[in-house]
Amino acid sequence: MATTSDLQTDRHLGQGNHKSAFRTDRIATGIFYAAGIFLVLLLFSFAGYIIYSGRASLNLHFLTTPPLFMQKGGGVGPQLFNSIYLLILASTLSVPLGVGAGIYMAEYARPSGLTRAIRLSLETLSALPSIVVGLFGLLIFINILGWGFSILAGAMALTILNLPVITRVAEESIKNVPPSLKEGSLALGATHWQTIWRLILPAATPGILSGVILVTGRIFGEAAALLFTAGMSSPPLNFSDWNPLHYASPLNPLRPAETLAVYTWKVNSEGLAPDARQIADGSAAVLIITVFLFNILARYLGKALQRRSRAC
Amino acid sequence: MPDLPPSGQSILRSARGSSHFLRETLGRYYATLCGDLIILLTVTMVAFITFKGLAAFTGPHPLSPLKFLFSSHWQPDAGPDEGGPQFGTLVFLLGSVSVSGLAVLLAAPLAIAASILISVIAPRAGENFFRPVLELFTGIPSVVYGWVGLSLLVPFIRNQFGGLGFSLLAGGLVLALMILPTITTLATDALQNLPGSLLEGSYALGATRWQTIHRILLPAARPRILIGVTLGMTRAFGEALAVQMVIGNSVRLPDSLLNPMSTITSVITMDMGNTVKGSAWNNALWSMSLLLLAITFGFIVIIKRLGPQDTKNGNHF
Repeated sequence: MATTSDLQTDRHLGQGNHKSAFRTDRIATGIFYAAGIFLVLLLFSFAGYIIYSGRASLNLHFLTTPPLFMQKGGGVGPQLFNSIYLLILASTLSVPLGVGAGIYMAEYARPSGLTRAIRLSLETLSALPSIVVGLFGLLIFINILGWGFSILAGAMALTILNLPVITRVAEESIKNVPPSLKEGSLALGATHWQTIWRLILPAATPGILSGVILVTGRIFGEAAALLFTAGMSSPPLNFSDWNPLHYASPLNPLRPAETLAVYTWKVNSEGLAPDARQIADGSAAVLIITVFLFNILARYLGKALQRRSRAC
Repeated sequence: MPDLPPSGQSILRSARGSSHFLRETLGRYYATLCGDLIILLTVTMVAFITFKGLAAFTGPHPLSPLKFLFSSHWQPDAGPDEGGPQFGTLVFLLGSVSVSGLAVLLAAPLAIAASILISVIAPRAGENFFRPVLELFTGIPSVVYGWVGLSLLVPFIRNQFGGLGFSLLAGGLVLALMILPTITTLATDALQNLPGSLLEGSYALGATRWQTIHRILLPAARPRILIGVTLGMTRAFGEALAVQMVIGNSVRLPDSLLNPMSTITSVITMDMGNTVKGSAWNNALWSMSLLLLAITFGFIVIIKRLGPQDTKNGNHF
């Protein structure tokens, strides 16, 4: 490790070469500023380009009408619906499990082999490429259980992607709750679970909620895990039939469902619409705007809830 | 103080009820169950993919593992008169390595330089501006990166350098942009987690900021910065769609920045849906999935080995 002794023998300092040391310092500072500004410009021009290219499609018609076959002017209505429906299903499955595991890690876990195994599993799950999660879904839900490409299989795959993140967020938020709260509650004779359920969880909610929303924004744009689980086709939907048991019902969990992100990927390679480029531009813009909105919402809600709880 | 419910009283009242010990037990069981489920899920996933991935090496016409890894002959649909199908995946393995390597080479220097600006030189702007922006961009879907690569970068490369435009260069650039926010955020965390005494001590000895950065801060934060870079590499290596869209997907060794090629993930994406379940071709794709999983484990091991060092560093002084 570079330490003080290195510095003292440093030629720049030792032999009075201060001027060049200061000049180097100024040059370095300039380079770091240039790097930071370049990075931000790069990211902003990237987002700007997407939204600018897709601006023509940011209207209600594009967002609500179904795609057209071999014809211009189709929209992404069913795909957008599928994305939202999948996201709701996946959150319903993954939030209770993730928060439960987070409670375990923060409140019950002792330094043991089991805890280490969970920790390692979480790390593994969060490092897995999403295509591997999709392939696992294909293997289990489609090949072995025989569900066929379906919303349910897609929601399961997304749940696997979500779980490690929600668990970590829940664990961190719970650990951030001041210990005095817990000690006070236990001293009043409450049981451990009562303390968790009535004090710790409510206090940790802002953190958990903003983490969940961030994760939700991410799975909204997920495609690789869905190619072989939710599938790449969207059967015609009847938006007046809300019985989940009917095949054409948008709510049927066993129908295949192409999401907006998958459609964005596919529309160019298949080329069934002459305006594929506009459609992809529009979908990309919708995707990026949605992710930004989720991000801002998470930030805002997290802060607002925190303020409210501080006021009490 | 956090939000307290009407508080002590109600807790005491229900504590007097007879069911609270039951709930206590159920609650603990539920939380433990969720924790165990995560292990079960991981083990199942690894076991099933391993089992399926090994299928190609067993059975009536087993594939030689050495040929699978080190042969560059990929002719999955060759008939018996052409010498039978060949399943060498070297082309894809090298493709994945070179495209993610290129991405990291392009992204890491910029990311680390930017993280120095954010954490050391302009910490207030870093906290209030750079960090939120980076967080915003880590969430952008990879298909969006792929689509911008396809609609902007590929034509640009075609016009500037010739060729098809679909190339290793396009893939590397798209992935570099994708992992930039990730590496920058993690490198910033690494630098910010150093004890402030390091910086102060160095300044007190008369070192300039640059001397402090490259002799004290960067060496001290190195293990954690490397973790960030490795995580970026892991993400780039496992990315499927963004790469598949711009890399051209032709089966050839990565011999030039401007030639189209393939990666493990791109060929799985392209062919998994079009091959018959149980066929040799399909089995070879599952073996490639296993290879991808194994390489991801390799990255996790690297990260783990880098990991423990970081707690020691701060306590040296």
